[in-house]
Amino acid sequence: MKNKTLKEKLLNIYGKAGVLLILLLMIILLTIMTDTFMTYRNLINIVRQVTFYAIVGYGAMVTLIGGDFDLSPGSVIGLTSILSTMTITGTDRGIGIPLLVAVAVGLAVGFVNGFLIAYCSMPAFIATLGTQTLVRGLALYIANGKPISNLSDKFTNIGGGTIGFLPIPVIILVVLGVITWYMMKYTRLGRHIYAIGGNAQAAIVSGVSAKRVKLFTYIFAGVMAAISGVILTARVASGNAALGETYEMKAITGCVIGGVSLNGGVGSIYGMICGILVVGVLTNGMDLMNVSGYMQKVAEGIIMIIAVLLDVVRAKSATG
Amino acid sequence: MSDTPLLQIEHIRKVFPGVVALDDVSLTIKAGTVHALMGENGAGKSTLMKILSGIYTKTEGSIKWQGAELDTRSVTNVLHAGITMIFQELNPISTMKVCENIFVGREPYKIKGIMIDHKKIIEDTRLLFKELEITDINPNALVGSLSTAKMQMIEIAKAISYNSKLIIMDEPTSSITDKECQHLFKIVKKLKKKGIAFIFITHKIDEVFQISDEITIMRDGNYIGTYGTKDISQAELVRLMVGREITNLFPKEEAVIGNVKLEVSGLSVEGLLHDISFKVHKGEILGFAGLIGAGRTEVMETLFGIRKMDSGVVKVDGEAVNIKSPKEAMKYKIAFLTEDRRGSGCFLPLSVGDNIMVCNYDQVINSFKKINTVKEKKLCEEQIEKYAVKTQNTTQIIGNLSGGNQQKVLISRWLMTEPDIIILDEPTRGIDVGSKSEIHKMISRLVGRGVAVIMISSELPEVIGMSDRIIVMYEGRITGEVMRSEATQEKIMRYASGIIE
Repeated sequence: MKNKTLKEKLLNIYGKAGVLLILLLMIILLTIMTDTFMTYRNLINIVRQVTFYAIVGYGAMVTLIGGDFDLSPGSVIGLTSILSTMTITGTDRGIGIPLLVAVAVGLAVGFVNGFLIAYCSMPAFIATLGTQTLVRGLALYIANGKPISNLSDKFTNIGGGTIGFLPIPVIILVVLGVITWYMMKYTRLGRHIYAIGGNAQAAIVSGVSAKRVKLFTYIFAGVMAAISGVILTARVASGNAALGETYEMKAITGCVIGGVSLNGGVGSIYGMICGILVVGVLTNGMDLMNVSGYMQKVAEGIIMIIAVLLDVVRAKSATG
Repeated sequence: MSDTPLLQIEHIRKVFPGVVALDDVSLTIKAGTVHALMGENGAGKSTLMKILSGIYTKTEGSIKWQGAELDTRSVTNVLHAGITMIFQELNPISTMKVCENIFVGREPYKIKGIMIDHKKIIEDTRLLFKELEITDINPNALVGSLSTAKMQMIEIAKAISYNSKLIIMDEPTSSITDKECQHLFKIVKKLKKKGIAFIFITHKIDEVFQISDEITIMRDGNYIGTYGTKDISQAELVRLMVGREITNLFPKEEAVIGNVKLEVSGLSVEGLLHDISFKVHKGEILGFAGLIGAGRTEVMETLFGIRKMDSGVVKVDGEAVNIKSPKEAMKYKIAFLTEDRRGSGCFLPLSVGDNIMVCNYDQVINSFKKINTVKEKKLCEEQIEKYAVKTQNTTQIIGNLSGGNQQKVLISRWLMTEPDIIILDEPTRGIDVGSKSEIHKMISRLVGRGVAVIMISSELPEVIGMSDRIIVMYEGRITGEVMRSEATQEKIMRYASGIIE
């Protein structure tokens, strides 16, 4: 009996501030255990790494709240990386055209995903696994095994530069975050996303255009992945078809750790950012402590499983 | 043996985060009796039963089974001890056969672990059905194709096959017909003689007096008392449940009936509905009676744009309209409170506020399409107060509310849209007497304002008590129309059974 109430108590605390607590705990531990963690260089490094996952995470969060998930963002990043750099390689053009190309790619893949899932009633897992493979294949085919380099400083500056002391990607992250937060909290569309994730049938009966809303969540996820892709490309200063692999998994893991429910209808941007930071700090910590890259993969898998387990327990305790 | 009660629940306390759901509740069940557990929605009946059956864990208190402490931490443990719970919403595996459903998880084997003995499953099911005098169910039928009543019979059969000594039934009669109900009671009485005890949770008072030996009353998570059924009157029982006298069960007020608001003619859906025609006037309550499966809900779903219509014309205010989705229906100021509260009503993981607002964001959106959250909160709080929803605040998750309170939230959602036509599908099913009469009063007020109301109800006294006119359906057709002045239960039942004079 006592165990149960303790478990309930812990879950309760975790539900309110848990991710933040875990994050702080990790930061304290790493500060004590390594000399290099609590340095400006390293912290900014973490933020830079996490930024790209977090932008994908916005899209992942929105699709998850809408009751489904998206496995294609990683591939969208790859295709974006190739197509956007092809348009400017060898020129001194900046971010403008690549960004337009990226958004077009994101819209297109998102539309296909959303159309298959909302209008053809395909399971999200199969549909987005299909586009994941298809889009990655397309990127590899177009690139034909070669990276695309020779990009202007104006372009690469978007990924590597700073305004004041803030890295430009972080500024973009914050802007997109505010847009997403506003959308989910203050617009009817955002509330309808929660509604279709909470109970699709009830949403339809309540006059929500459920199919259109679901389609939107995928288009949103596609565009977020594409934006993340173009900035990441600028950061690594070359177009690469293999870019962004497993990003969707990192984003989904972050979301779930941050309290976004896999069953839909539940989640907040604050939790999601904390969740992604947990993943980022952990990866960084393992780097600093010289954990082998292979072992890091093992750890990532374990975290993913723990996160989903947590979600299951949470869902259970919410109904019981 | 006879002086040790079968089950002794003592001083149970259950605390949910922030809410005390049960406070010092006790219950004693003797073998071979039928014990009715009564109380308004939110009184804690379901919570108590879920604790007993191992779904929830108790915070404090003890549960003794045949004199010994019972470990209720696991559902299977409780089941093997001999307690079976039959839920209000049955969850059979609808793609499996009847016999397979009964023996699922403990199939007899021809070769241990490798080959299931299908013949034995069917034989055992036949024997079981024979013992229970269930003659009209084929053990080989797919469960999904059966009626609710038959699924319930199967659940009882399953409980017996587990050698259960106590069977808990949550609202067993809420979605079955009178005839099926009598069959159920016959089986219950037969099993009672064999020493099997029953706990009945129901809101139908006449049934309690018909079937039960003892009645335990709960109110607001507290134990009120246990009485012999013979020693208590209906009025007394109702008074104890609600804590106040209910004088008028059907507060139907005369309203001015105006012009035709909605006219449906020749509505058909292939294989389901045939040539449905009716009119509803402003300020009128049009009742829809019929047996479960007669097609009443389907008519409303078609009208509301959830189902596709094959032929027929719908007119609102005399003008033909083509409604293809609920969204379009709402444009014509139609509202639809569905019968399936959990399935198509509530957004269970969302808050009470979100559940109210889902159709009503128009009222809080400014010219920049931004939701005014302050105004939103105020509106929701007003609604909660207006409809007396028992909740701590508007951010409470609706899944934590009782059925009756969820229903009030849904009603407030639809009434906030200010509909001209409102369709209420079983608005008071599974709801306690107090909330029921509140909802009836609400309906009366609506027609007073000139709203056209369509009310589906399987409870004849409710249909007769509330409606101005009653349409009766049978197997997808309208078989009769009865005016309020000439409505009797017998007359409606005749139409509902397809008996044509």
